[in-house]
Amino acid sequence: MIKSTGILFLVALFTLLVTACGSDEPGSLIVLTHDSFDIGEEIIAQFEEDNNATVTIQKSGDSGEALNRAILEKGNPSGDLLYGVDNTFLTKALREDIFIKYESSRMEDVPSQFVLDDTFHVSPVDYGYVNINYDIAYLEEHGLTPPKTLEELTGEEWKGRLVVQNPATSSPGLAFLIATVSYFGEDDDYDYLDFWADLKENDLVVKDGWSDAYYTNFSQYDGDQPLVLSYATSPAAELYFSEGAYSTPPTGNMLVDKATFLQVEGIGILKGTQNEKLARKFIDFVLDTPFQEDIPSRMFVYPVNSKAVTPDFFKYAEVPTLPSDIDADTIDENRDEWIDSWTKVVLR
Amino acid sequence: MPLLCVSDLRKAYGDVSAVDGVSFSADEGELLCLLGPSGCGKTTMLRVLAGLDEPDSGTITFDGREINHLPPQQRDFGLMFQDLALFPHMDVFSNVAFGLRMQKLPSSQVEKRVEELLALVELGDYSHRKVHELSGGERQRVALVRSLAPAPKLLMFDEPLGSLDRALRESLQSQVHKILKEVGLTSIYVTHDRDEAFTMADRLIFMNHGQIIQTGSPEETISAPADGFVARTLGFKNILAGVVLEDGPMLKLDCPIGVISANKRPGINTPRGSVQTILIDEKAVSVSNDSANEINSFQGVITERVFRGYHYELRVKINGGELYCHAPLESREVPSEINQPVSICVDAPSIRFLDSDE
Amino acid sequence: MTAGRLLLIVPLAYLAIFFIYPLGSIFARSLGDESNFGFEPFSILLNDPYYLGRIWFTIWQAVVSTLLTLAIGLPAAFLFARYEFPGKTLLKAISSLPFVMPTIVVAMGFTALFGAQGLVNSALMTMFGLDNPPVRITNTLTIIFMAHAFYNYAIIVRIVSALWSNLDPNLEGSAKMLGAGSIQTFYHVTLPLLLPAIISASLLSFAFSFTSFGVVLVLGGPEYSTLEVSIYELTAKLFRLPLAGALAIIQLGFTYFFLLLYSKFQEQSAVRVDLKPRESTSRHPTRWKEKIFVVAIILMLLTLLSPLVALVVRWITLDGGFATNQMANLFSDDRGSYFHLSPVTIIWNSLRFALITVAISLIIGTIISYTITNVNRRWRNLSDALVMLPLGVSAVTLGFGYIIALGRPPIDLRGSWLILVIAHSLVAYPFVIRSLLPVLKGMNSNLREAAAVLGANPARVFLLVELPLIAPALLVGATFAFAVSMGEFGASLILVRVEFTTMPVAIFRFLGLPGTANLGMALGMSCLLMVVVSLGFIAIERFRYKGIGGF
Repeated sequence: MIKSTGILFLVALFTLLVTACGSDEPGSLIVLTHDSFDIGEEIIAQFEEDNNATVTIQKSGDSGEALNRAILEKGNPSGDLLYGVDNTFLTKALREDIFIKYESSRMEDVPSQFVLDDTFHVSPVDYGYVNINYDIAYLEEHGLTPPKTLEELTGEEWKGRLVVQNPATSSPGLAFLIATVSYFGEDDDYDYLDFWADLKENDLVVKDGWSDAYYTNFSQYDGDQPLVLSYATSPAAELYFSEGAYSTPPTGNMLVDKATFLQVEGIGILKGTQNEKLARKFIDFVLDTPFQEDIPSRMFVYPVNSKAVTPDFFKYAEVPTLPSDIDADTIDENRDEWIDSWTKVVLR
Repeated sequence: MPLLCVSDLRKAYGDVSAVDGVSFSADEGELLCLLGPSGCGKTTMLRVLAGLDEPDSGTITFDGREINHLPPQQRDFGLMFQDLALFPHMDVFSNVAFGLRMQKLPSSQVEKRVEELLALVELGDYSHRKVHELSGGERQRVALVRSLAPAPKLLMFDEPLGSLDRALRESLQSQVHKILKEVGLTSIYVTHDRDEAFTMADRLIFMNHGQIIQTGSPEETISAPADGFVARTLGFKNILAGVVLEDGPMLKLDCPIGVISANKRPGINTPRGSVQTILIDEKAVSVSNDSANEINSFQGVITERVFRGYHYELRVKINGGELYCHAPLESREVPSEINQPVSICVDAPSIRFLDSDE
Repeated sequence: MTAGRLLLIVPLAYLAIFFIYPLGSIFARSLGDESNFGFEPFSILLNDPYYLGRIWFTIWQAVVSTLLTLAIGLPAAFLFARYEFPGKTLLKAISSLPFVMPTIVVAMGFTALFGAQGLVNSALMTMFGLDNPPVRITNTLTIIFMAHAFYNYAIIVRIVSALWSNLDPNLEGSAKMLGAGSIQTFYHVTLPLLLPAIISASLLSFAFSFTSFGVVLVLGGPEYSTLEVSIYELTAKLFRLPLAGALAIIQLGFTYFFLLLYSKFQEQSAVRVDLKPRESTSRHPTRWKEKIFVVAIILMLLTLLSPLVALVVRWITLDGGFATNQMANLFSDDRGSYFHLSPVTIIWNSLRFALITVAISLIIGTIISYTITNVNRRWRNLSDALVMLPLGVSAVTLGFGYIIALGRPPIDLRGSWLILVIAHSLVAYPFVIRSLLPVLKGMNSNLREAAAVLGANPARVFLLVELPLIAPALLVGATFAFAVSMGEFGASLILVRVEFTTMPVAIFRFLGLPGTANLGMALGMSCLLMVVVSLGFIAIERFRYKGIGGF
């Protein structure tokens, strides 16, 4: 009657939904990473074919959350590798001792400037530069020339025209904070905090994440600010994703010596993995040219392998001549203090 | 052997004892009326009988079987709720058919039976009406046939006609009575209304404070109410307490209205100095202008007059007490104006003695 | 009764395994990390004026937001409860859309409207010949309040109108006959009767504003961080787990305190009302005054929805209107990304997770609601507040709790989609409870008993009598469970495997890269989300099964 058919229907529906959701296959290689990670499907398929394995890529929040997860799971990792430890958190990760040492033979193609961990627990994979982008059309329309120094940003003409990310919640935000430390120094007459205080006076806009700053504040996307903290590769990406609407990028890079930040991302094998051999092969694979050459048009960062050829549009992804010179250990020692001081000056 | 036997039933909610040691029985086809003021435990009594609440102690046997712990749906009883509890999301048909469907009757039979029942209460055309579209009387009738539909072995009514106007109530009363008697259903009917009880009942059960005070046919109880409570429930108003001044064939009692003489009743012990409760039927009190110096004559003042259709009901203040009495309409000899002094005479042989009042 | 007690094991086990245990584990780890388990983090927090300020800000912004939400939600609830008008179902469906939309998308809508180059400012500047944009509300408190109202008014509308539409209009009529004006009638009759629903809805709205994360993060900016945002910073960025744990406990404590206050108040306000079928309580507006009212409220709702409209417009007009291209991009896979998934699969993902969430939430929520209705008064408030607690827990804390607590056999859920629907249902089932409890408390228990006496066993009493009567409330609960799951992406981001990609996650992924095409695909996916969710709402609204939903 009513009851039985109704219940039957519900049970059937539920079973359908549950089975439709699939199940877990153990024994495969799981790569933990952050939500910005992307790579070509055929690249991964190639690895799977060559090694007769299945690869599952498991995103777990942003880079901070992914690392945090790996730390909390220490000894009982839910993945075999962690992709995406950058130099702002490298020392922290190494101190937590979550990785197995592995020096890939491919490292010979990686220039030494990118080798941040000489113990080879974390191998570099890609790198990028954090710097300020500007909206070319907006600047022309308002008769402005792109700023050449950071000091200029505190001037009247840039009042309310810069949006940056909160270093406490965003990795480019943190990178730029470190860059300002490198540029202005910590104990000088006019140190980084003085600069930030002046920026604040000059109606600096702070957002918590890259996406909201870029897509809701940047004037390129109908926002109010023509200057946004982003990456050196962003203009190239703008061109790449313009579907042919532009022949040159609509945005430009503000490259100031010592005020851009070199962010190197690495990969490491997580302690406790059951698939160490396969994981090593995966690191070799990641450092090999097919993977390396796919990186630019996926994540819009540079491959570390010097033999990797970058795509044509990457000529607009300028490389700063002199990025900030603060090493990972110094960052690790001072990160919290810098963020705290910054928060006190800019937000409170 | 009676169909339903209730013995020493007790049920308390927290510290409040709602049913406190009740025993009674009902024969097959008998219609019992449970009478009592609100809060006397009659609704609890029904709930326990229906299986909605479990008794704390005591036993309920039905058809020779103890049913204390039988869940309501397995008892085959019917209960018509005070608020009717019609299912608001169903139409009239589905409401009436509910119990039949629970018995898994084939739908053709359900349909036939519901139609018969609706016709019985003259609601044949209403089967697809929604409950909220019905008038009060129509709802009562739907609720009635809904409880009748599954042919319960015992049907209970919890003051089902309380909210209706008098004419409708009376017509429904006799309708219900007729139907119940036709079907030969054993029923328990809870009410606080004497007239309703008289219309319906084969036997009355008076309840107060969770206990049964008296049982008997309407005639028995009205001629010999057990105590002041029963008497009051039956509509008697002149219930007085008095101290025995003189014991003998003719007693003398000191009452609030003065010293009253009454015939001694056999079997009742009335020693001098004891307190007795007496009942004076309103009809045994005569009112007149002249202050005749007869036995049991009193002087008083009319304080209230209510028109009762065939007579006035007067409330007369006498000394420290008062009496109710009837006065004929349109009579010159009998005063019936408020504040008028009157002479009252109580018929000594008709004075009855009750058990102590509450 | 025993069967009922057995059923209770289901929600208790669910809460113990998926809420208390992970939360306890993460707290133990956070606070016990530095060898000496202690209260030091608490004293650090409570002596730091910054964190005290955050606590105070979190509370008062939630209060203001809730009041504003009520001010907008109540008239709309009245509209949907009492009047029939063309397009009512559609309007009701789309007016609940904000609840589902990812904050960043909504932020884009707000920018498109109120930004310096936005529609409002452009219009005002042209009209009055101004040089500077007159409306500057981006990154202000105003926009936080507006956004909270925008997000949460659907809660008020749905929950309050569900009760309102079953309320006998004669009650209001008789008040008017007794000489009360419209306002007096509302104040003295309607408001007290609706109070349980209003308080329920306000509580949910308050809880959402209190633990607000995305709105504050994206629209407000870092100056206005709530406790939830601070916990996120401390956990995910600063790796200060002890402080984060302590702050999460403080947030939970405050939530529990507010929940207790609420349930005390709720207890006093509960009234038993005879409910009427909704078909008999609403009608077409007839008098001029009514028509004006109806039109005014509809206009207000449309204004409220304008950020969403702006999004659609933006999508269509983006860079000279190649919206169709972007739709094609969504469907084609010409870039061959590992994470590319057909929109059809993504929609199906979202839908199936949402439906499972609805099923879990309805089951858990209904059992808990019945239990709460039946426990004695002393325990009722405590347990009512306790089961609502998932609303007050920090998402990131619970997320990491899952990772450490549910990561070992027999329960290793870290890679499973189950963790997603469990996380979703933890936020969703309180909606079921809140919409169900007022109805259960108001339900005439004689109906249940009448059915039992007529021979129905408890299961049938539930299916044939109670279920149809509580169905409107269950459908409200289901609507929110569906909405919560469709819109959630915090938990989803912790667990993104390509095969589990949901619509909000896809939007977020598109917005992770610069470029017009990415924006276009994000907007296209947002429009798809709006369509799918609206259809879902309408389907739930229209749900009819054997008399369920008709009442």
